[in-house]
Amino acid sequence: MKQSVYEVLSNEKIAKDVFKMILIGDTDAITAPGQFINIKIDGYFLRRPISVCDWDDKSITIIYKVVGAGTSVMSKMAKGDTLDILVGLGNGYNTSKSGADPLLVGGGVGVPPLYGLCKRLVAEGKKPTVVLGFNSADDVFYEDEFKALGADVYVATADGSYGEKGFVISVISRLDYSFFYTCGPEPMFRAMAKVMKTDGQYSFEERMGCGFGACMGCSCKTLTGNKRICREGPVMESGEIIWND
Amino acid sequence: MERLNVSLCGINLDNPVIPASGTFGYGYEFAELYDINILGTLSFKGTTKGPRFGNPTPRIAECTSGMINSVGLQNPGVDKVISEELPKLKKCFDKKVMANVSGFSIDDYVYTCERLDDIDEIGWLEVNISCPNVHGGGMSFGTDPKAAASVTKAVKSAVKKPVIIKLTPNVTDIVSIAKACEDEGADGLSLINTMMGMRINLKTKKPVIANKMGGFSGPAIFPVALRMVYQVYEAVNIPIIGMGGIASAEDVVEMMLAGATACEIGAMNLVDPMICKKIIEDLPEVMDKYGIKNLESIIGGAHNG
Repeated sequence: MKQSVYEVLSNEKIAKDVFKMILIGDTDAITAPGQFINIKIDGYFLRRPISVCDWDDKSITIIYKVVGAGTSVMSKMAKGDTLDILVGLGNGYNTSKSGADPLLVGGGVGVPPLYGLCKRLVAEGKKPTVVLGFNSADDVFYEDEFKALGADVYVATADGSYGEKGFVISVISRLDYSFFYTCGPEPMFRAMAKVMKTDGQYSFEERMGCGFGACMGCSCKTLTGNKRICREGPVMESGEIIWND
Repeated sequence: MERLNVSLCGINLDNPVIPASGTFGYGYEFAELYDINILGTLSFKGTTKGPRFGNPTPRIAECTSGMINSVGLQNPGVDKVISEELPKLKKCFDKKVMANVSGFSIDDYVYTCERLDDIDEIGWLEVNISCPNVHGGGMSFGTDPKAAASVTKAVKSAVKKPVIIKLTPNVTDIVSIAKACEDEGADGLSLINTMMGMRINLKTKKPVIANKMGGFSGPAIFPVALRMVYQVYEAVNIPIIGMGGIASAEDVVEMMLAGATACEIGAMNLVDPMICKKIIEDLPEVMDKYGIKNLESIIGGAHNG
């Protein structure tokens, strides 16, 4: 974990209420795809935790949805604006578990961290297949970016206005894979938990206080003990999750 | 930097800045960011007799200049705190640490305090009779002078280390509770714990927090905390640790003028993990600005005349 000030390089709308922001600054603290950053926004007390979509040695890309007042302020930021951010939070995905043909499943704003993951899996010589689920055509983003990495990409929309009509589950059921990684809404996770054919890693979301393990605001119970989503998570192994209905 | 020194229940602190229990874990997360030995001391996560998972999530709600938490005393229990957490803390913190203790009965408090009383690196026992997020204990001991007196008396007769009782603001008359604790031998008082609050989500039309209500903290409560420290200082002769929304070196000075011997920093650690370091570094300049030679001399300074 590191705290530093980052400069906004760009901040553009890429889908309905969804923005892509590139931040320039120290990225040393990021060690794995699926980690997140926690952003201080002027006028708001708590930071906003946002997953890292991609990073290199001097920039961080995040994709966020405007869901409230804080993210609305972020959406109006422009090149040259600065943000106080805690970087390198959470455990992230473990690519060593992937096998040769990993499956990546993203739902809505759960898609972004899978991009950085896909990039690293490809760099490691693996052949990822990506399934992206959105509500509607207006919500779809990053299909081409995943394709550009060389992944097989399937898109499903709930209303059928783009790609395959329905949920990611119907696409997944036709695929073979060596391991899976996912990020998205919990109803999607619950549906997946019943049908997935291999082990995998799920990335969870929770209201957080600090985002770095101090407040115990985002704890959950697992089969391997209590975990803080912000610290021992957000990524959990399929075999340790307790699915409360 | 002797001008920042204060003495708390007979133990010297290099400065009066103490991260508050529940906002600093067991210290080692923050040791990734800075050398936590610069702190006066730290009050570690509230410890109970047995392990506790705490309340359901969501446990956190944002407010204007503050937040509500309803963690519910999640902790691994006193045995694991002693066997696992304190050894990890010891690797990054050389000073005496403050142990924060909660319970659901007087026997609980006594048991946990006795266990922690044997640990060398613990300097003080901060007995929390003010947690608003648990039922059948916690705050119920802190809202009645008789119950507060019973806990104080029982713990004091069982331990050797200084006992600091942490008080709740969710009462009609905090002064009577403070005096009841002093009368039974409390060595110090910590105030204030969080104020009961709640938020409702306009989209779901339901409380944001799973437990509905929680403890409100952050800069918004600073004036209330300051007022209570001021009132309690008038009534007691034991040291007070002032806390509630402290966010700057100026706030520390103000709290000490109201009567605090030391200050705990709570919610601000969660949003600015460097805040305690910043406050310690800013104190000399703020003292110069206001003509303060040493901090010990200003304790209760607002009461003179």
